[in-house]
Amino acid sequence: MLGELFKGLRTTLKYLFKKPVTVEYPEVKRPVRERFRGRHQLKRFANGMERCIGCALCAAACPADAILVIPAENDPARPNSPGERYAARYEINMLRCIFCGYCEDACPTNAIVLEHQYELSFYERKASVYTKEMLLVPPDQGHGEIPPVLEQLNRRPSPPAQIDL
Amino acid sequence: MSWIDIVILVVKCLVLALAATGLFAYFTLFERRTLARLQNRVGPNRAGPGGFLQPIADALKLFFKEDVVPAMADRWVYLLSPAFAVIPALIIWVVLPLGYWPDGQGGNLLQLASIDVGILYLLAVTSLGVYGIAIAGWASNNKYSMLGGVRASAQVISYELALGLGVLGVVMQAGSFRTEQIVEQQAGMWYIVPQFLGFVVFLIAATAEVVRAPFDLVEAEQELVGGYNTEYGSMKFALFFMSEYIKLVAMNAVAVTLFLGGWRFPGLFTLHSELIPMIGEPLANAVLGLLSLGAFMLKVALLSFVSVWVRATVPRVRYDQLMDLGWKVLLPMGLVNITVTAVLGVLLPDQPLVAAVVGFVIGAVVVVVASRRGPRPRREGVTLVKKPASS
Repeated sequence: MLGELFKGLRTTLKYLFKKPVTVEYPEVKRPVRERFRGRHQLKRFANGMERCIGCALCAAACPADAILVIPAENDPARPNSPGERYAARYEINMLRCIFCGYCEDACPTNAIVLEHQYELSFYERKASVYTKEMLLVPPDQGHGEIPPVLEQLNRRPSPPAQIDL
Repeated sequence: MSWIDIVILVVKCLVLALAATGLFAYFTLFERRTLARLQNRVGPNRAGPGGFLQPIADALKLFFKEDVVPAMADRWVYLLSPAFAVIPALIIWVVLPLGYWPDGQGGNLLQLASIDVGILYLLAVTSLGVYGIAIAGWASNNKYSMLGGVRASAQVISYELALGLGVLGVVMQAGSFRTEQIVEQQAGMWYIVPQFLGFVVFLIAATAEVVRAPFDLVEAEQELVGGYNTEYGSMKFALFFMSEYIKLVAMNAVAVTLFLGGWRFPGLFTLHSELIPMIGEPLANAVLGLLSLGAFMLKVALLSFVSVWVRATVPRVRYDQLMDLGWKVLLPMGLVNITVTAVLGVLLPDQPLVAAVVGFVIGAVVVVVASRRGPRPRREGVTLVKKPASS
């Protein structure tokens, strides 16, 4: 009985001199995994154009109905995106989003990607709606060339593929 | 006694009570941090540097919680029992010499009350504390609280005997019930050597007496929800918590006083006599007082660390194990200790060193033998269903 007692005491004492395993969160952040699904980002092409063409397939795919896309025609002189249309408004309600990644799968231009930021908390409900300005990456952080199919202007399908949701 | 003496006494009492509560606050922090490290965690470190303000935050939170009295509770008893619990815990401290600060008239500034039956007072007051727990359990009108309170009384009554026997060896050795004389007698050698067995018995019995892990059956969450304090909230709960922790530290302080030489530390008096010609008597006395207080606190802190360490290590005992340990192991061990002390006192009255070594060896042997040959745990356990022999 005495031996076991001292054995136990030695074991606990050993831990006193070990570093605790606790990650002290606000100061230390553990890196997330490669395929972690966090907050969305709207991507750009390498030349700075928005990848989103306003097709609203993401909104159609979203099981939680968290995405709102309102498309608009591109001004041919100063286009926002390759192709005919762009997203005039793009909003994601982070309280509805379930981070399933279906929007990512649905996107034909890889414009929406669930990235690694996971600190999503709000003081009020309205702050949970992330607008296009908050989601869009800066113009100098684009990647990839514009695919040729988007360069074929004036091949407008009729009637307009407007998806109203 | 003039009125100024009374004022001084009242101030001293206030200082001691506040010091004990402050000690409690920071002991909880110490325990939580140390326990966390022993369990591979960090512990509370957010409030202030290193969690230094955590006790204040906890106290504020408890103060501002709603004060609920259960409808079926016996209202006045229910409200009084926290006080019943906390007052004995606080008044344990008055007879302990916390240090040695001579006031120039043969007194000691760091001991509040010097009474003839200091040890008896200690034993009486520590067992009084259980009234608070038992009354709280009864007044809550809750089955679990009641069971917790009943367990507490049974446990404290069982271990009081062992505690008393552990202390009795020291009293026989010192020939006095006065705490300051017991400390005085430990000048050459701390009583942990001749009274090793007594120390072991006292330490275990004291842990059980203050219902501390691994003997905290009173608040076994898995069985009794929260134990006797289930129905208590806000500051009333805090008072129970406080009484428990103050009692724990006080028991450690008693163990230090009785077995570890109290405020004594090698070299203190040499330093004192060196300092008298340099800085004068009163200042030297002050230095001696503060240093001896520091030595006392250091020893108490060491024993407190041991309590935390044991809490982190040992799982809670079962009720039958608790009773077995109290009645079949600690009580005989205490009796053996008294016998050995008495026999050695008669046989070797003028050779304290030899007697101490013999006492230590006998004590160690008894502890080892008791741990090996003590009552074994029953192997067969409880049979709920009789199995047929053929199947």
